[in-house]
Amino acid sequence: MPVDQPSPTAEGTPVGRRVVLGLLGLGALGIVGGARLQNGLGAALASAELHDPTGLIGLLPLGDTFRYYSVTGGVDERGATDYRLTVSGLVQQPGEHTLADLQGMPQTELVRDFQCVTGWRVPDVPWSGVRLRDLLDLAGPTPAATAVRLTSFDGTYTESLTLAQARRDDVLVALRMLDGPVSHAHGGPVRLYVAPMYGYKSLKWLSGIELTGEVVPGYWEDRGYSVEAWVGSSNGRDDDPTS
Amino acid sequence: MTRPAEPPELPRFGRPARWVHGLVGVLMVVCLLTAAVLYVSSLQLLVGHRRVVELVHVWCGYALPVPLVAGAVFRSYRGELRQLNRFTRSDWRWLRSRSRRDGGIPVGKFNAGQKLNGSLSAGAIAVLLLTGLVMQATGLAPLTWRTGATLMHDWSALAVGLLVLGHLSHALRDPVAMRSLRTGTVPRRWAREEHGAWADELLGTRVDADR
Repeated sequence: MPVDQPSPTAEGTPVGRRVVLGLLGLGALGIVGGARLQNGLGAALASAELHDPTGLIGLLPLGDTFRYYSVTGGVDERGATDYRLTVSGLVQQPGEHTLADLQGMPQTELVRDFQCVTGWRVPDVPWSGVRLRDLLDLAGPTPAATAVRLTSFDGTYTESLTLAQARRDDVLVALRMLDGPVSHAHGGPVRLYVAPMYGYKSLKWLSGIELTGEVVPGYWEDRGYSVEAWVGSSNGRDDDPTS
Repeated sequence: MTRPAEPPELPRFGRPARWVHGLVGVLMVVCLLTAAVLYVSSLQLLVGHRRVVELVHVWCGYALPVPLVAGAVFRSYRGELRQLNRFTRSDWRWLRSRSRRDGGIPVGKFNAGQKLNGSLSAGAIAVLLLTGLVMQATGLAPLTWRTGATLMHDWSALAVGLLVLGHLSHALRDPVAMRSLRTGTVPRRWAREEHGAWADELLGTRVDADR
């Protein structure tokens, strides 16, 4: 102890430093072990969140439910009167479909998980809509067509598939999800659903299908995400496959 | 005869500390607001522009610790950090006391609540930076680490948001303290009432003189 009167602010134990180091240690532990905790808590909170009238549980950073993403500012709503889906590019017969046209085509139903590349996954989502393959067959791709470019009426969002991927059974032009019409927030009235791939492939507010001679990387793919977005074997992730 | 008039104001915060506080404050608010837009679905629907919001969030997050560290080249700032770091026995008593505001327990330049806020903020900023870096290292960190880092980042952000709200509510109730972070000085009276031991120290009075 100093001999003269110690200054009351200079003595004492370095609690501040201990708090900082302690939190850093906890943070590091959480990085290494947090994934297991997340799985348990996420499943537990998801069921509570579905039955929560206040919506407050949705604000907690957990729970296997949809998070809404949009890459532009406000997107104008489109409905039965003004919705159009154009099919163009390397096709024999360019076309334009209204919502009623699409509703009149054979509908396919799927129940599949929705896996976001940022980590959240919604189990057993019911989807239904027209197979993308059926729309391609109506237009008749020319021999030069090898890929599909999908565009959104938000004016910015685009996606890509190879022709072979686009012709899969589990790739839908979805009109319904979660037992109701696709809502505007979910990308309605019509969105894409690419079951075996990460969520960013399932383009929202679908308004254009263009056949191209080569894959044109989409919005998120220009920003570093995998073009071939298979769940579990792309983007450096190892999630369980969704399809 | 008449002593020269005492200067009415006491110097409380040096220029470096005020700048660090201001810059960190602005960056923290931007980080929290952009985090809310990225996280809360209704805000995301309202604002959209996910990529832009994400870039602003990430770069403000990287910038946030810079003033905190850069301030350390100034001696006055290092002194203030040292005082925030050290907990005395009266600090523990202050935290436990119900009548902590009545001046019975000597309070130095910072009270124990301010010290706790400072250390929790610094620790949380460190955790947010570390976990943010792991989340960005898509090619380097294994997936389970990134999942863990995301969980830690989200919960730390929630905690820091509440801490900042508490900090702001205390600040709004004390206009003198808020002004001192602009001007750097406080009135003597305020210093004696709120930080008696510090005022005594500055004015050269013995700490125990009036007890």
